[in-house]
Amino acid sequence: MALSRRGFSLLALAVTANPAMAAHVDYPRVRPGAQLRFPADHGAHPEHRTEWWYLTGWLRTAGGEPNGFQVTFFRTRPDVDPANPSAFAPRQVLFAHAALSDPKVGRLAHAQRVARAGFGLAEARVGDADIRIDDWRFWRMADGRFRTRVGGTEFQMDLTVAPTQPPVLQGEHGFSRKGPALEQASYYYSLPHMQVSGMLRRGGRLESVTGEAWMDREWSSSILGADAVGWDWTGLNLEGGGALTAFQVRDASGQSLWAGGSLREAGNMMAFAPADVWFEPIQRWRSPRTGATYPVEQRLSVKTPGGVRIWRIRPLFNDQELDSRAGGGPVYWEGAATVEGGRGYLELTGYAAPLRM
Amino acid sequence: MRPEAAGGLAARWMLLGEWRAHPARVATAVMAIAVGVALAFAVHLINASALNEFSKALRTVNGDADLQVRSASPQGFAESAYPAAAGVEGIAAVSPGVEFAASVGAATGVTLIGLDPLRAALVTPALLSAPTGGQAAPGAEVFDPDAVRLSPAALADAGVQIGGDVVITAAGITRVFRVVGVLSAAPEGRKLAVIDIAAAQWRFGQLGRLQRLDLKLAPGADADRVSEALRRVLPVDAAISNRQTAGRRSDSLSRAYRVNLQMLGLVALLTGGFLVFSAQSLSVARRRPQFALLRVLGTPRRALMAQVLAEGAIVGVFGAGAGLAVGFGIAATALRLLGGDLGGGYFQGGRPQLVFAPVAAAVFFGLGLAAAILGALLPARAAARAEPAVALKGAGEVWGAPGRISAWTATALLCAGALATTAPAIGGVSVFGYLAIALLLAGGVTAMPWLARLMLTPLSRRDLGSAWAMLAAQRLWGAPGQGALALCGIVASTSLMIAMAVMVTSFRSSVTEWLGQILPADLYVRMDGGGGLDPQAQTRLATVPGVAHIAFRRTTSLSLSPNLPPIALIAEPLGKGRPTLPLIGRYAPPPAGVISVWASEPAARIYGLNTGVRRRLPLGPRGTLVNVAGVWRDYAHQQGAISIDIGDYERLTGEHLRTEAAVTVTPGVAPAEVARRLRAALPPASAQQTLIAEPREIRARALSVFDRSFLVTYGLEAIAILVGLTGVGATFAAQTLARAKEFGMLRHVGVRRGQVVAMLAAEGALLGAVGAVAGIALGLAMSQVLIHVVNPQSFNWTMRTQIPWVLLMGVTESLVTTSAGAAVAAGWRALSADAIRAVREDW
Repeated sequence: MALSRRGFSLLALAVTANPAMAAHVDYPRVRPGAQLRFPADHGAHPEHRTEWWYLTGWLRTAGGEPNGFQVTFFRTRPDVDPANPSAFAPRQVLFAHAALSDPKVGRLAHAQRVARAGFGLAEARVGDADIRIDDWRFWRMADGRFRTRVGGTEFQMDLTVAPTQPPVLQGEHGFSRKGPALEQASYYYSLPHMQVSGMLRRGGRLESVTGEAWMDREWSSSILGADAVGWDWTGLNLEGGGALTAFQVRDASGQSLWAGGSLREAGNMMAFAPADVWFEPIQRWRSPRTGATYPVEQRLSVKTPGGVRIWRIRPLFNDQELDSRAGGGPVYWEGAATVEGGRGYLELTGYAAPLRM
Repeated sequence: MRPEAAGGLAARWMLLGEWRAHPARVATAVMAIAVGVALAFAVHLINASALNEFSKALRTVNGDADLQVRSASPQGFAESAYPAAAGVEGIAAVSPGVEFAASVGAATGVTLIGLDPLRAALVTPALLSAPTGGQAAPGAEVFDPDAVRLSPAALADAGVQIGGDVVITAAGITRVFRVVGVLSAAPEGRKLAVIDIAAAQWRFGQLGRLQRLDLKLAPGADADRVSEALRRVLPVDAAISNRQTAGRRSDSLSRAYRVNLQMLGLVALLTGGFLVFSAQSLSVARRRPQFALLRVLGTPRRALMAQVLAEGAIVGVFGAGAGLAVGFGIAATALRLLGGDLGGGYFQGGRPQLVFAPVAAAVFFGLGLAAAILGALLPARAAARAEPAVALKGAGEVWGAPGRISAWTATALLCAGALATTAPAIGGVSVFGYLAIALLLAGGVTAMPWLARLMLTPLSRRDLGSAWAMLAAQRLWGAPGQGALALCGIVASTSLMIAMAVMVTSFRSSVTEWLGQILPADLYVRMDGGGGLDPQAQTRLATVPGVAHIAFRRTTSLSLSPNLPPIALIAEPLGKGRPTLPLIGRYAPPPAGVISVWASEPAARIYGLNTGVRRRLPLGPRGTLVNVAGVWRDYAHQQGAISIDIGDYERLTGEHLRTEAAVTVTPGVAPAEVARRLRAALPPASAQQTLIAEPREIRARALSVFDRSFLVTYGLEAIAILVGLTGVGATFAAQTLARAKEFGMLRHVGVRRGQVVAMLAAEGALLGAVGAVAGIALGLAMSQVLIHVVNPQSFNWTMRTQIPWVLLMGVTESLVTTSAGAAVAAGWRALSADAIRAVREDW
């Protein structure tokens, strides 16, 4: 689901959670039955509290080694007094992460940006995808392909990402529930099997890369239930064009509070009910930096009309922990992963500390 | 035994013997050098520490910003400069800021900064609640418009707890905020308050305006090139500064004051040099037979000279070493008791940490050593030149015929001194002014033997009625060199003290007179700590019963150069035509269509804003052309001030807020009663931070600040006099001991003991009188250099000379009596020896 969508959760939710502040903003609720329209829904939905453009995938470098990459842009609408006429009023806050998973490095290279929207320096366009924070940008070009330019001191990427399939509308036609309460939901669609080409610069060396990516788009105004501490999520591009999405929301004891996902295979679309999805840890890895223990290898079982199907999700390498606390985000694990006959990304949140939700 | 070894042995023997015989004299010389070095070093250390603290504070407040854009005036610049600056090539991050002078709770003098924490984290992390990295996630209140974070000093002064509510007043607006955190990285003693930038613009009426941009350069970007590119995109009311210019600003703030103090220290060192000179001269004189003996035994002249110089050098080493230690101690104590500006009022905030300065220590050690060696140079030459045959008998003058050479040398030195007064300042420091004082001092002291003889000539030619008086006059007239030695110290310290005293008296009387001119109203209202009077409040005050007339003013600041501290911009009702300011010189009515301003004397001198000059000032986004209509006397704003009519100011800036008011009270109403009513009519939140005072209170307060800033000066003066008097005592003691056989002879021929004492008292008194007259004359000359050269060049203001007659008389009297007393005290010991033996001993 990529609900994780970390960083902002802390910023945005914390602001609204402050009891001393009067609620000023009336966020629109996510309701079933809405029709997603493109390209308008590629663009921002500034009325909603939170939103993300989430790109994960596998790159083949010039040397032929596989590398994972992640480029994520978030938008959040803090609960501040809309009466403030200042151009600095934080009506919208934007932030972004980029990470590179190179097995030869053995840990994530990471960079981030954060800014309140305004002055043309940080903006999220309505009507089509175009979100920028200073020198970082993610946008849809006239030919329908997406492009992103991000980078930090360790690496810079300029990637063009071309859709090859129509969007997977998660849940009921894009209405995706996240918990037992009806308002715990988001609008959610994915673009699997996107073709990547572009340039990657590392240590002053420029190389051209190709690969395959997965894009998650999600916007919502809801909060997870109070007893949720984190979630596991995976998005997998299967050989032959199949796309598997699975997530579970966990409580403090590690029990699943809610689960969901979908499988689109050979033009066949299946949405999973909470009882259809299980995650079982196979191998755990303990971070030497934060002490958090992550189930980096898991057995994923989903119930389909044709019977229960099982995938063993293995990480590209163990240490794909991302510490975004310096930018106001949480500590979580976001890594390139493989299954028999497919590959994608695995996301594990709420293991270092419960997410402040 | 080889001759060199014998010479070395003899040298050691002479040195040790001399010091063992006269430890007090050596100690005095060492002390004199130590005092000079200690003072100069202490002043340097204190200032270096204060500046270090100041620049540290600056660095911390500016975070790690590589460059900073600051608005020329508190009105700020248009916020469009923020995206413009962000677009400049080579800039990695820009953190915009709104900045006010504010009061927070009970704390005044707080800098209130409105920041975007997301941007500040990249440029000025020290201005955020917690350091970046680790657990430093922005907390729950990240965008809370009612949240404030305070530095520890502001928190302590404000009298609030974390989580409590606090009233903040800035830009004339009062708001309640909740304290949510501490700026733990804020420098000690700095009062800072940080709120969200959007809240700052909204709550304090600054929409669309910014006062600062903190910039971080991209790695490898060239700061100069980036500054150049920035300058092209910035409005004229925003100026770029970097660490260097900020450092220069803080340095120039106190430079003149600091240099003045340092010069006093060096002058004390100079006096120390004279004391070494007099001590060495006497010691050489007394050892003439010994030196002659050595010469007869084959010691070369050079070796003798080296001997005396080495003695001076040893005195120098011990003196300078002790001076460094004492100076460090003085600096530590002064920092603790007076703060970094020694009471001068230049630095605000925390107590600086004492920083040891090795280079400066080496320099001052070298100066102390040099003073001691130079002091020993003339006596050394005298020792080397002496004719062994004559010297062996112990006859002759102390050093070779000084009268003849000194007249010419003195004239040359005095002329050079006069010439030096005409040179301009270098970098805001009156180098040549101080050089002139040093040359006058040296010239005056060199002229002393000749001058003393000249002054005593009438006495020596006249029948003074008693034998002892005649003897005294004749002796001083006949041996001017010896008298001059004692006079050196007296004249040097007296003249310096007189010069300072005349300058301070003149300054004080000029300030007093000026205070009378600028305070014509009956009551003055001033709002501190970010308060202000909006039009409604102004109307309320104007209609208070008992107020006959009220004139509102706005004082703010304007930055005319990134290298210099901002000047004060005073907007007041000046009207058209000649204003009521204490104008100096002519008045130039402005040409039609040009706005008039009146520059204070320092502003005119620093920025060339002389009468008739036209200049574009950074008022408004495109600047404003103004005409300097006149220059007024001002001692309040050392960095300069510009007065502008309040109507013009309001048109240019759109600012309606007033910070001060001058009230004329209706005749028959008590000003105190009106003050009470005015206070009641003030906005309640600002009332506490508003000062309402009558002119006499303001005068008293101003003069007490004046006196405090000269406190250290007085202290240094007292020490200089003490050193001088110690020198007098030591010289007399040495001379009278040396003259033991003369006294023996006098007693032998029937002069009574009382008469010898009377003779000595007369000698001392005469010497004191000559010293006082010469010292006062020299001091008056030097005071004119201080008043007309050093002060205008250092502080950019002028004053009228005012001579403190009572002090001059007191100095003369005390010098005469102290010298006489010292002579008698010294003579008493010499006379207690057996007269017969005294005569016999030398033969």
